[in-house]
Amino acid sequence: MSYDRLTHPLVRENGVLRRATWEEALDRAAEGFRRNVAEHGPDSFAMLSCARSTNEMNYVGQKFARVVMGTNNVDSCNRTCHAPSVAGLSAVFGSGGGTSSYQEVEDTDVIVMWGSAARNAHPIFFQHVLKGIHNGARMFAVDPRRTGTAQWADLWLGLNVGTDIPLAHAVAREIIHAGLHNEAFIERATTGFEEFRESVEPWTLGVAEQVTGVPADAIRELAHAYARADRAQLCWTLGITEHHNATDNVRALINLSLLTGHVGRYGSGLSPLRGQNNVQGGGDMGAIPNRLPGFQDILDPGIRTAFEQAWGAPIQPRYGYNLTQMLEAMGEGHVTTCYLIGENPVQSEADSLACVKRLSMLDHLVVQDIFLTKTAQMADVVLPASAAWCEADGTFTNSERRVQRVRKALDPPGEARDDIEILCELARRLGHDWHYDGAEQVWDELRSVSPVHRGMTYPRLDEHQGIQWPCFTEDTLEPPYLHARLWETDPVKRGEPAPFALLRHSPPVDLLDEEYPLRLTTGRRLDSYNTGVQSSGFASPLRRGETIELCPEDAERLGVVAGEEVRISSRRGSVIAPVYIDPALRPGLVFMTFHFPDEVDTNALTIEATCPIAGTAEFKAAAVRVEKLVKVG
Amino acid sequence: MIPLQPPRRLVDVEVDGESVRVPEGSTILDACTAAGKDVPTLCYGDTLTPKNACRVCVVEVEGSRTLAPACSRKVEPGMTVGTDTERARHSRKVVLELLGSSVDLSTTPRAAEWIEEYGAEPGRFGADAATVEQPAKVDNELYVRDYAKCILCYKCVDACGDQWQNTFAIGVAGRGFDATISTEFDAPLTDSACVYCGNCVEVCPTGALSFKTEFDMRAAGTWDESRQTETTTICSYCGVGCNLTLHVQDNKIVKVTSPHDNPVTHGNLCVKGRFGFGYV
Repeated sequence: MSYDRLTHPLVRENGVLRRATWEEALDRAAEGFRRNVAEHGPDSFAMLSCARSTNEMNYVGQKFARVVMGTNNVDSCNRTCHAPSVAGLSAVFGSGGGTSSYQEVEDTDVIVMWGSAARNAHPIFFQHVLKGIHNGARMFAVDPRRTGTAQWADLWLGLNVGTDIPLAHAVAREIIHAGLHNEAFIERATTGFEEFRESVEPWTLGVAEQVTGVPADAIRELAHAYARADRAQLCWTLGITEHHNATDNVRALINLSLLTGHVGRYGSGLSPLRGQNNVQGGGDMGAIPNRLPGFQDILDPGIRTAFEQAWGAPIQPRYGYNLTQMLEAMGEGHVTTCYLIGENPVQSEADSLACVKRLSMLDHLVVQDIFLTKTAQMADVVLPASAAWCEADGTFTNSERRVQRVRKALDPPGEARDDIEILCELARRLGHDWHYDGAEQVWDELRSVSPVHRGMTYPRLDEHQGIQWPCFTEDTLEPPYLHARLWETDPVKRGEPAPFALLRHSPPVDLLDEEYPLRLTTGRRLDSYNTGVQSSGFASPLRRGETIELCPEDAERLGVVAGEEVRISSRRGSVIAPVYIDPALRPGLVFMTFHFPDEVDTNALTIEATCPIAGTAEFKAAAVRVEKLVKVG
Repeated sequence: MIPLQPPRRLVDVEVDGESVRVPEGSTILDACTAAGKDVPTLCYGDTLTPKNACRVCVVEVEGSRTLAPACSRKVEPGMTVGTDTERARHSRKVVLELLGSSVDLSTTPRAAEWIEEYGAEPGRFGADAATVEQPAKVDNELYVRDYAKCILCYKCVDACGDQWQNTFAIGVAGRGFDATISTEFDAPLTDSACVYCGNCVEVCPTGALSFKTEFDMRAAGTWDESRQTETTTICSYCGVGCNLTLHVQDNKIVKVTSPHDNPVTHGNLCVKGRFGFGYV
């Protein structure tokens, strides 16, 4: 189905949403927030800020949560995809961004695409990869599925779902045993190598082959190629991060870069590819529960003081709830009011039924969106917003940390309003007389509090077609890669060394057994996007609706043929979908997307086992059973 | 620490009696542009390797037996180039006449202007001159292939192939005058390898490939570039950060392109970025 844009505010009356004026809707929204905070304190409020909206909106959004409502309970859907990358990278390097630039992947010698179907999910990034391949780079694809990415690889390592850590450990062990680790770099720039060496020792090629399903020779070849390369890029996507131990997965990959010195140099680095246009920026702007704008730690009193002075309000000296904790807190009655900006958790969260139940327990739910999504249909107040990328001015930050200008090309439909304008209206009703003359003023305020953005004026962003952070002053540009400091010979300039992580293999939570013998993994298709709200609006000739993709062997064993509807059940729910035969899958592995939740609610099957550090759910590994439907009569 | 390209020597050349200095490895076209000369081009693409197919950019190089295609011929020290000589003008005139007589140039930017400038008479071959006239291929909702407007410049094939997209959905079929751009076995796009990135549309110089929105609006007589605005913004789908130039008429997006000098896209997009705007 395709969605109609929201054109006027809605409020709930006698259980149904009816049209309202802006005045009424804003008053109702503000009143509900005030009532709940008065009764239960500031932490009864939670905000989900939009990873799709501009940096400027996210800055004002998190400021609204922190200053107007007085809580750090602000997060975004970055939780459902790349929070582990941020958590892993910042734990090692002190900064949560990918370390390289797209150009570098063209100029490198070895490219490892780990859990990344970039050919279909990030096609224009993959064009840079293809340039690299045409320039002579070797590419390795590590993925349970033989994806479009794998078709361009020198070698495809088809590992079992959820065995990334054993594979990474085996690669590390092989590198160490072959004497290919970079001893000078390890000694100067890292800590914990000896313990790390011991921790990977059990993962011989043979053991790893048994656990991961990848032939020992292939593991050896990847290890040697990566370690011997002058320059190597390690890229990953949701195949690494949508697991219950996702942050550990990310750390396992970072370990490989530390072991070989493939970080902090031109052409050598780590690239998590972001799934949404401004996931990077949302976090950078502080729309996460543990960081203030510019990725500055809330627990640092000096930083808090600076913001308290700039904003004229106290900031709680503790981390707020992340998305996963927010949902739990809703269930337990600690969070009673929620402001959702451009988020559709009812359809995007794992175990969607539990999510609906939790949202329905809220006293007051305000949804600001461009569509009447399933989540918006549950709201007490619905505020129609403009579409950030073409109906507003501002900036987005991409996967290579490039801040780029977003410009208004269209007027929003009906009475829909700009996000920042709506936030300011609500702030005014709650006692804060906010006003911004456009996005540039917001940006300049952000630049005054965030050192890494300080040098990025709008005119400079225009002039350079975007600038990568960090950019400290208005007349300098930094190198396109991060952490060059690790290569400094002077220990003072080198700064904090990067720690190796000691990790344990933890198989997917949803175990396979006789009742649920198949491993379901999920992902994205080329022409569709997330819950399909946006991408349903164009007639893609490639679209074929939701299917359950099976390998020919499994289809034959189950006695099903292409197009036949089957029942797919997990321990949490069950759905019906037609069969699609895909020889790129291996026996025992089945695949679905979550692009068509109105036809097939794939997330009724997925498990809400979450990463304890980053809170990301294990979308990539559910145990399911596929059954032939029996005709009645 | 960022590897720099080796320094490039500067080369002195003379363009229409005026001396210009350009970096070694530049093309004559670069030198002409530096000298402020407006040399017509059709098959030249700023993101593609020159194909030398159309011959409309030919210039006279002193000492060279034949005219040289400015878009691909590299400059050499002391080269003397004439962009507006009798011979170059005559050649361009004939090229424009041959193209104009056989191909529908009605949507080729600047074609009419050049035809007038060079005094070309496409009608002089008579009414029964061979043409590539054929019905437009409308086999999907996103873009249209109107090969009656195709000058066989190969840019779409290169963009689809190893220069950018690496999808290889189209190639050249047939020989001589019967050569056409075609999918495998001339199948409809929907049965081809096409992934609808529209990177072929981006580089098409004649409008043979166009957005279905543009094609339909032209058919209805409502396409009006003078009423359109172009605004460059960032795509709202994945996190790669592709730059989109939205062509807007009457508060509706009618076409999407991408800046060719952009470090993220180099003018390329995927199906979502180029065509996934229906929801606004």
